[in-house]
Amino acid sequence: MTTTVADHHHDEVPKGITRWLFTTNHKDIGTLYLWFSFIMFLVGGAMSLVIRAELFQPGLQVVDPHFFNQMTTVHALIMVFGAVMPGFVGFANWMIPMMIGAPDMALPRLNNWSFWLLPPAALLLVISLFVPGGGPASGWTLYPPLTIQGGMGMDFTIFTVHILGMSSILGSINIIATILNMRAPGMTLMKMPLFVWTWLITAFLLLAAIPVLAGAVTMLLTDRHFGTAFFDPAGGGDPALFQHIFWFFGHPEVYILILPAFGVISQVIPTFSRKPLFGYTSMVFASAAIAFLSFIVWAHHMYTVGMPLSGELFFMYATMLIAIPTGVKIFNWLATMWRGSLTFETPMLFAVSVVCLFTMGGLTGLMMSITPADFQYHDTYYIVAHFHYTIFAGSVLSMFAGIYYWLPKWTGHMYDETLGKWHFWLTVIGFNVTFFPQHFLGLAGMPRRIPDYALQFTEFNQISTIGSLVMGFAQLILLVVVVKAIRGGKKASAEVWENPEGLEWSLPSPPPYHTFATAPEVR
Amino acid sequence: MHTLRETKMIVNRLKHLLGAGSALVGTLVLWAMPTSVQADWALNLQRPVTEIARVQYDLHMLITYIVTVIGIMVFAIMFYSIVKFRKSKGAQAAKFTHSTKAEVIWTVIPTLILIAMAVPSTKALLLMEDTTESDMVVKVTGYQWGWHYDYMEEDVSFYSKLTTPQSQITGTETKGENYLLEVDNHMVLPVGKKVRLLLTAQDVIHAWWVPQLGGKKDAIPGFINEMWVRADETGTFRGQCAELCGRDHGYMPIVVDVVDEAQYQAWLDGQRNKG
Repeated sequence: MTTTVADHHHDEVPKGITRWLFTTNHKDIGTLYLWFSFIMFLVGGAMSLVIRAELFQPGLQVVDPHFFNQMTTVHALIMVFGAVMPGFVGFANWMIPMMIGAPDMALPRLNNWSFWLLPPAALLLVISLFVPGGGPASGWTLYPPLTIQGGMGMDFTIFTVHILGMSSILGSINIIATILNMRAPGMTLMKMPLFVWTWLITAFLLLAAIPVLAGAVTMLLTDRHFGTAFFDPAGGGDPALFQHIFWFFGHPEVYILILPAFGVISQVIPTFSRKPLFGYTSMVFASAAIAFLSFIVWAHHMYTVGMPLSGELFFMYATMLIAIPTGVKIFNWLATMWRGSLTFETPMLFAVSVVCLFTMGGLTGLMMSITPADFQYHDTYYIVAHFHYTIFAGSVLSMFAGIYYWLPKWTGHMYDETLGKWHFWLTVIGFNVTFFPQHFLGLAGMPRRIPDYALQFTEFNQISTIGSLVMGFAQLILLVVVVKAIRGGKKASAEVWENPEGLEWSLPSPPPYHTFATAPEVR
Repeated sequence: MHTLRETKMIVNRLKHLLGAGSALVGTLVLWAMPTSVQADWALNLQRPVTEIARVQYDLHMLITYIVTVIGIMVFAIMFYSIVKFRKSKGAQAAKFTHSTKAEVIWTVIPTLILIAMAVPSTKALLLMEDTTESDMVVKVTGYQWGWHYDYMEEDVSFYSKLTTPQSQITGTETKGENYLLEVDNHMVLPVGKKVRLLLTAQDVIHAWWVPQLGGKKDAIPGFINEMWVRADETGTFRGQCAELCGRDHGYMPIVVDVVDEAQYQAWLDGQRNKG
């Protein structure tokens, strides 16, 4: 083979809009995913500020209750399906081939297609807000019979969920095929970086869970328009059935959101501790255990639905078990830092904050597993606080850690460390000011998903709204940091950090358009 | 030597200082206390008035203490590492990658803690789900957006809806003390009686929840759920619908008056005469 000609051909980067429309390059598609995720993050974030603005005071000041319900619903749908899931697929696209020494993803055209399904789906969801009757206003959980009442915005939402689900299924097939078939010689499964492992497990979760959601919303659609009565008691259906199906998807879904985050943290902490990850094997098994347990705990989201005692006991015990593998992960990260040689660049700051704040979210989660107590916590702001400590402080902050960690690799330039630190502190302080008081609100009896509240909840809601403004606008700093790093800045070396582990650091920064055309040697 | 007068003055001053100090400390304690007497800044579950609510409260406090201790331990190790093992302070990285002993310890100890938590939780659940031997039954029906109460054995039934005026909601009028937690017809229950509640709904799923009386339960159209309450004391207790049920989900409160037996009978008579 005439390598010079091949190399020359390979390094030609296509120009213009068609580069992005027709790309089959994993780096380009990764970039598309990440930008899409960031835009959705800002859109969903803006909606949360509408929610917080309305809740600044008791009474109705800013929006109508129906629009408020649309905001809570679409905020959640956008954040879960538009921001966090595609964000981690972006990381997977960029990093998995570079981490396992593969030239690209296994199915590059499918890769293109699974990204380009996303923008129309997101558009459909946003358009639903402007159709007669407005967007979905049922909460992201879409419980019937309320969702049977909604206008055509609900049908838009169902279609959106179908398209996004298709994208996720295609994406996860691609990730599984890549990891199982494209590893460089010597890269055995138990040598893979933990980020690759957590994504492999996540991809299997997606394959198993997403079709269940697709089934649930399809039944909803036929109940709405084609005369079936799966969930309509008047026709012999059962509204609680939907909740069982939804949460059979929904609980694996929360691990779909968090496992890749665990992967990112497990890459970042060893680098800045200058010490290998503690307990690699137990990390892999803990991830697999969490994934398995995620399929047998779904009903803890619906303890109040009226289950038999035996069911309540089973789901309580099974849910409590999750604390064990999750605890193993937290302790392993602590042990990785223990007797390390720590420095606190922005990625490490975010990673440390994830370990602290996710621990809090995990502990409140453990409290909720206790069925009798959950009869008080259920559907209050305590739950809202809990899942923001896990999904925002767990998944989103991990993504920030990952962005700062790999941005120099992606762009070839160091990011602005001062701005990065500003972004970190404003985000973490704003986050805690927003969500910590919500624990108190929930315990004191404030239900979630209400646009207006009794007077005793005023003070903490005001604090929460102030925090959300700080947190919200701090995200614009990230935009500035990323744009600055793309445009220029201090040149990054191939290694970027001090002796980081992983094949991605053996490539120059930025890596050429095509990498590992010849498989690297893995010891 | 101080004169008596001077001594008195000093004592008074000290008293004054102590008073101010204890007031300050008292305020802080009140603010931080779980069962704060202040209506505002409430930090914890509302004061329980039924056995179930009390069991939930105690369980909640137990697990809160457990997770707080675990959390503090994790944070302590984390902050110790952050301070102690800094590269800037010359920390050299160790090379260890695993320790079977440590990993066994931090798998076994959490398991034991979980078992310790599971025992009282199971007991509480058995208590809550035991609706047998009730003294009376009330059927509660949620609808968009209010509640309907049916005292099935007494031939008494009525609707219960929000009375907070629109002007208070939009802010043209000052909000009242029980803003959004006031209804036209209160549910009335006799003190000390085990009341079995049958919950259902007309249209979509609602959830009936009065925090001081215990947990919530979904009211599902076409299905009947049950729960029970036995209030230990008289008083007025307020709650809300806890399952998103459409536009006015935030505007369908619950108010329960717990009264003594005589008052309860008188109320029943009054209701029957109304009908």
